[in-house]
Amino acid sequence: MNLLNISGSPHVHSDESTKRIMWRVNMALIPALLVAIAYFGVTALLISVISVLSCVLFQWLIEKYIMKVPSTICDGSAIVTGLLLAFNVPATASMLWIVVIGALVAIGVGKMAFGGLGKNPFNPALVGRVFLLISFPVQMTTWPDVSKVQFFGLDTVTGPTPLGLLKERGAEALDQLPQAWDMFIGHIGGSFGEVSALAILLGAAYLCWKKIISWHIPVTFIGTAFVFSAILWLVNPVHVEAVDGVKQLVGYIDPLTTILTGGIMLGACFMATDMVTSPMSKSGQLIFGVGCGLLTVIIRTWGAYPEGVSFAILLMNSVTPLINRWCKPKRFAN
Amino acid sequence: MGGVHPEENKISNDAAIEIMPVPAQMVVLMNQHLGAPATPIVQKGDKVKVGQLIGEAQAFMCANVHSPVSGTVVKVEPCKDAFGMAKPAVYINVEGDEWMETIDRTPDIKRECTLEPKQIVDKLKEMGIVGLGGATFPAHIKYNVPEGKKAEYLIINAAECEPYLTSDYRVMMEHAEEVCIGVSILRKALGVPNAYIGIESNKPQAIAKMTEMARQFEGIIVEPLKVKYPQGAEKQLINAVTGRKVPSGKLPIDVGCVVSNLGTAFSVYEAIQKNKPLIENILTVTGKKLPSQHNYIVRIGTTYNDIIKHSIGELPATTGKVISGGTMMGKAVVNLDAPTVKGNSSVLVMDENEARRNPETACIRCGKCMHACPMGLEPYMFSVLVRNNRIEEAKEHNILDCIECGCCFFSCPANKPLTDEIRLGKNKVRAMMAAKK
Repeated sequence: MNLLNISGSPHVHSDESTKRIMWRVNMALIPALLVAIAYFGVTALLISVISVLSCVLFQWLIEKYIMKVPSTICDGSAIVTGLLLAFNVPATASMLWIVVIGALVAIGVGKMAFGGLGKNPFNPALVGRVFLLISFPVQMTTWPDVSKVQFFGLDTVTGPTPLGLLKERGAEALDQLPQAWDMFIGHIGGSFGEVSALAILLGAAYLCWKKIISWHIPVTFIGTAFVFSAILWLVNPVHVEAVDGVKQLVGYIDPLTTILTGGIMLGACFMATDMVTSPMSKSGQLIFGVGCGLLTVIIRTWGAYPEGVSFAILLMNSVTPLINRWCKPKRFAN
Repeated sequence: MGGVHPEENKISNDAAIEIMPVPAQMVVLMNQHLGAPATPIVQKGDKVKVGQLIGEAQAFMCANVHSPVSGTVVKVEPCKDAFGMAKPAVYINVEGDEWMETIDRTPDIKRECTLEPKQIVDKLKEMGIVGLGGATFPAHIKYNVPEGKKAEYLIINAAECEPYLTSDYRVMMEHAEEVCIGVSILRKALGVPNAYIGIESNKPQAIAKMTEMARQFEGIIVEPLKVKYPQGAEKQLINAVTGRKVPSGKLPIDVGCVVSNLGTAFSVYEAIQKNKPLIENILTVTGKKLPSQHNYIVRIGTTYNDIIKHSIGELPATTGKVISGGTMMGKAVVNLDAPTVKGNSSVLVMDENEARRNPETACIRCGKCMHACPMGLEPYMFSVLVRNNRIEEAKEHNILDCIECGCCFFSCPANKPLTDEIRLGKNKVRAMMAAKK
């Protein structure tokens, strides 16, 4: 007779695992990756592969030689970080090496310095992205012109992003803005993973279906950005006005353009919903989403950067422990 | 709020209740209920009959224990129970099967009960009736509503939300009438207008059967419940049936409710109408890898090994765990030579793959434990607090509200043994509170 196992209850498990969650997130990122390859060519694929491999390698090296703990690269979380970091850079040749630095910062500083998965207060991919934005401001804001990309070519013709156009306030910007449909399917300039709202929403729908994310953060994030920018737009819609004899753009852009451009979709569906760095309770997630939406529009409208999603999410990450402390689950019978 | 959906695995659903033969040796523990052990009133050499009182309830929180067999008392000394704890016990050498003359063994069903509420409660005490839902709370204490409190609802727990268990289901299918009589008796004892039988809606046949039977009785209402574990947990059941919520640290009677298990209602029928003390359990023998599935009437005191031997011969070679109870709240059996006691509902045999725990990984703060918790607690927080011995804070976060249903550990993607840590934390909190007194 063999020996019996003894343990406390429960004796069954849901089979849910961190690994499965992370791999499902990776699956959900595939539509956006495919769209990126279709629009930006093989450059997008190469940057993604390099970013993912660097993230995994750095995590392996740090766990083996610095932390001296068993490797956790199989859980797929470094791949999520790698993909999200890649999605947040322009599809240009210089990114092929710059993204490696981003990966080192994302994994080394953003994640492992705090003790690894689950202990990082900030989204690692965004830490890496913001580091690159500050360190390589020119390369990080040089965007390929999506209509002139050659599939296998690494040389790119640069073009504007909708938000960049508007930030420069040139009078001709209004005519150059893409149509809403182009923005929805992603045929616009920008970081290569963030352009297609359609592909991102597909992935997000999959994650909702698998109960990995809930609607609370994405809907409040996008909804708040929409409502806030709609109010501004209704008060003073964007138009051309002569100021001191020079024609320039004044007023605020319409809400649809707000939510379809820049990183709002990618940020709201994949980065603000990062389990580790967002609040746990549903009420906390609502506050978090509203905060992200408000900060994004504030930064875009009155800040120095045309884009504000990364900073908005990182700022809200920093108050997540406070939100967790404040938004407790409702106790039974209390 | 909260809750999970474990695989139901009610594979023994269709196995009719069989009668297990009486073993040659019998050990009857004196501690088969919540509270103090009964005091043995027999000595070595005494002859006993089936249903004879052998352990008397002398403390307040205690229940009578009767002999489940006839024969000679061999010795009176402690015996290790299924979980390795030594308990006072009476050892009986079985001779024949001679029952007390007072017990009505005819198959006739008696509906009329002329006893007054007080007499019913006294008889529950005499017959050693305890709650068969798991806590084995002595019935005569539960049905003796303290002064100043008033029972308004009687709720019969037939949710059977635990995976694998089917004994309540079988009792409903085969003994619906006796159950309804038992429920009527309990309703009379409490003096409440209505009794509600809560059944999870994944048992449509049982609901149909009980609803049909309940029509013949006054004041019995069958209440189909949403399928969700832990629907049968006392506080959750009261909430589902009455909409009332038992506050932290309070008892069901504080919100006018008394809850009993379906199996208890059946044993109440036998005790009151047939004069039969609680000497038998109805239990499920089940497991995915077993050659056959069974539901049995087993004399209390039959050992786990006896049950296994009679039902399936021997345990499969790949057996990893034997559980008394369901997979969510049952206890792993340490000692298969131990006798079964009142309230045992199953011998559940788990395969080694099924019984294996996956290695623990880092908490990713997904909040699944929190959303699964039916009490609205924060299990991940208790894990951190208990590991760091921050017991005072664990108490402030209401660790004592935990009902140990296991939903947190079940749903944790990092495989953290949350329920284990909370159990440890609760014990430490209780020890701390006791030390302060």
